[in-house]
Amino acid sequence: MKKKLSLFLVLLLAVSTLLAACGGKNDNAAGDKKEGDKPAETKKEQVLNLLETQEIPSMDSVLATDAVSFNVMNNVFEGLYRLDKNNEPTPGMAESYEVSEDGKVYTFKLRDAKWSNGDPVTAHDFVFAWRRALDPKTAAEYAYIMYDIKNAEEVNTGKLPVDQLGVKALDDKTLQVELKNPIPYFLSLTTFPTFYPQNEKFVKAQGEKFGLEANTTLYNGPFVLSEWKHEQSFQLKKNPNYWDANTVKLETINFNIVKDTATAVNLYETKKADRAELTAEFVDKYKNDPNYLPISEPTLFFLRMNQNNEVLKNVKARKAIAMAFDKEGIANVILNNGSKPANYFVPEGFVKGPNGKDFREENGDLLKTNVEEAKKLWAEAKKELGKDKITLELLNYDTESSKKLGEYLKEQLETNLEGLTINIKQQPFKQKLDLETKMQYEISLAGWGPDYQDPMTFIDMFVTNGAHNQTGWSNPEYDKLVKDAKTTLLSDLQARWDAMVKAEKILLDEAVIAPVYQRGRAYVQREYVKGIVEHQFGGDWSYKWAYIE
Amino acid sequence: MARYTLQRFIYMIITLFIIATATFFLMKLLPGSPLTNQEKLTPEQKQIILEKYGLNDPVPVQYVNYLKNLVQGDLGISFQYDNRPVTELIVERIGPSAQLGFQAIVFGTIVGLLLGIFAAIRHNSAGDYFATVLSVLGISIPSFVFAALLQYYIGVKLQWLPVAFWQGFEYTIMPTIALSMGVIANIARFTRTEMLEVLNSDYILTARAKGISQAGVIFKHAIRNALIPIVTILGPMAVNLMTGTLVVEQIFAVPGLGEQFVRSINLNDYTVIMGTTLFYSALLILVIFIVDILYGVIDPRIRLAGGKK
Repeated sequence: MKKKLSLFLVLLLAVSTLLAACGGKNDNAAGDKKEGDKPAETKKEQVLNLLETQEIPSMDSVLATDAVSFNVMNNVFEGLYRLDKNNEPTPGMAESYEVSEDGKVYTFKLRDAKWSNGDPVTAHDFVFAWRRALDPKTAAEYAYIMYDIKNAEEVNTGKLPVDQLGVKALDDKTLQVELKNPIPYFLSLTTFPTFYPQNEKFVKAQGEKFGLEANTTLYNGPFVLSEWKHEQSFQLKKNPNYWDANTVKLETINFNIVKDTATAVNLYETKKADRAELTAEFVDKYKNDPNYLPISEPTLFFLRMNQNNEVLKNVKARKAIAMAFDKEGIANVILNNGSKPANYFVPEGFVKGPNGKDFREENGDLLKTNVEEAKKLWAEAKKELGKDKITLELLNYDTESSKKLGEYLKEQLETNLEGLTINIKQQPFKQKLDLETKMQYEISLAGWGPDYQDPMTFIDMFVTNGAHNQTGWSNPEYDKLVKDAKTTLLSDLQARWDAMVKAEKILLDEAVIAPVYQRGRAYVQREYVKGIVEHQFGGDWSYKWAYIE
Repeated sequence: MARYTLQRFIYMIITLFIIATATFFLMKLLPGSPLTNQEKLTPEQKQIILEKYGLNDPVPVQYVNYLKNLVQGDLGISFQYDNRPVTELIVERIGPSAQLGFQAIVFGTIVGLLLGIFAAIRHNSAGDYFATVLSVLGISIPSFVFAALLQYYIGVKLQWLPVAFWQGFEYTIMPTIALSMGVIANIARFTRTEMLEVLNSDYILTARAKGISQAGVIFKHAIRNALIPIVTILGPMAVNLMTGTLVVEQIFAVPGLGEQFVRSINLNDYTVIMGTTLFYSALLILVIFIVDILYGVIDPRIRLAGGKK
């Protein structure tokens, strides 16, 4: 029996090798045939085949909160402005704007644009959508992003009626927005999905069905959602009613929902998809492929350290931890997906200052790996604390790549910092958030992405008692810098910028957090796909300028 | 029979009620909230939104409200898919899952039966061993390994069948095969054992003595009896397939319900957790019920007391 079984297994192996060999040949033959002249023609057809990892959660721009929805919306809707190829706001539904002397009143002149049902897009559509987003009855989770508008917070918390919101339609084509503070990034905010217009008549007519199906949604962007098969696929078609339709070259974009990376890669290989996202294990295979496409995101991962813990209250101990692990190894070996080691908090390539310089160019590396220094600081910290053995708990996500990262951090910290024991605690995302909010953790691996195009979206996290501070850290100088940057310095943008630069220095000088990496994503994309623009906030991609060559 | 059916039906409702209750309270023990943008909200903003969904009420109040809606057939709306009714969400996704499950059961049962009968007839031959090895492999290798292998060799290398998606019958072939491996293995094993037992029993000997042909003995006398235990495992297996298609569905990008079941728990999407749990429970209870009825049809010996009247 045993003999026969092994014989069988050998046979099985032989057969599968044969199959594999045959397969290889066949693949080439099929490839030749398909790559010949025919696909070249079909490819010029301006049809893009993409994959999405998940069903679209919502097509109601006021309610949506997630990357998948935002990405579709960025291509089928349009706000006053939209982000261009350089991630700068460029006129969308608005033709131009004027801003008052004090920077608090924006008056937008709207262009003649149409909804996909032929209705004109008017200033009333913006007023309707923005009021709807802030109405507590709507319970929109992104309402807070509008809090820079006058009375927005009061309306959202039910202290004022919605008609008190600082936004008015002066006539059909003129929209006036009053701000609470003269923030310098308001134009880029208007590119964010929560700020998109909605056609009141249509929304009310659809009632509960609004945004749930392709035909119960109205479009004003470069494309329309022409088909939506839930959990399976959706399709974008060029919008002939779009004001800038001449720029749009793609006729059709097909999205299929594929949750498994290996499947996505197989679909890419068989030319059923023009682009696939890669996980670490596939990056090695494609790293030298000319179609390999790594992309850096403005999302930063760091270790949060709870200062209610006696050890972590000690700045030397925190610094030692922040310097004691190899970030290169994490980015290039553990993650291996285009992520970069981070020695900073405000991501690289995210935002440029009034002087045209990237924030990172200005503030450089602040908290670098330095094992020798870490060891020294750790010894001093232990002496100050009067402890020889220290045990800390590391709260981590329960995803596959985070697990590996957690193990690596534990190994590095325990090796480099004598007497330290790290216990890893893995929790599902929501449970982990809950523990952080209640500050029931010691060290936690956390991530943060921007809500608007300004360093403040990172910097103001750590003000005293800030909702997302969650470390118990408090520094009056830091608080003052943030407060000034949000109020008095708004009239002097360079001084405001410098304040934020200084704040980041303080944050990392005290090692409130230990930066780990700036997230990247790796793709393979067919060489004939051109012009897909990547964005740093809001929807991830624009297909408006994309084409098939 | 009618009385028995009614009785069973009442039990089914009670079981469902208990499941609903247990799930509801267990689910409320999960930390976190169903909000999808929770990490960005301040506690005050969170309160405003939870208030609107009635999630700030005491849990017993929420429970009573949920049951009230449930009785009216309203499963509520999903949190992760803003405003989408849960019923709609389940109905949209159950089609592909059910089709795959059904195809896998039918294909797996037929192949498994043939393989089992073949092995029993050719007892201790090379063919028997081959079938046994196949069963062991089928049981011990998870379906998603088959799925990945099939996808790579048949889909990518040979390009005989589409790699993934859900656009027609040919797209269902590979997932069906992958899913049916376990079914084939189980059925073949049971059939073989049962057949061997039956074939050695006295009445088969009698049948043979009467001069009935080999085929006649097997198809008329042996299979029918060998089927009984198979019907028993078919019920739970069907449910397993329905709920266990998750990974295979993901590999072949099938728009099924499997993932929702897990995803909703991770996201604390309360209404969807309740909806899918109740749906699957109802399905399981129903299948067990059908299996019970089927027993009586196949084997008169276990027909119910009430049925005799």
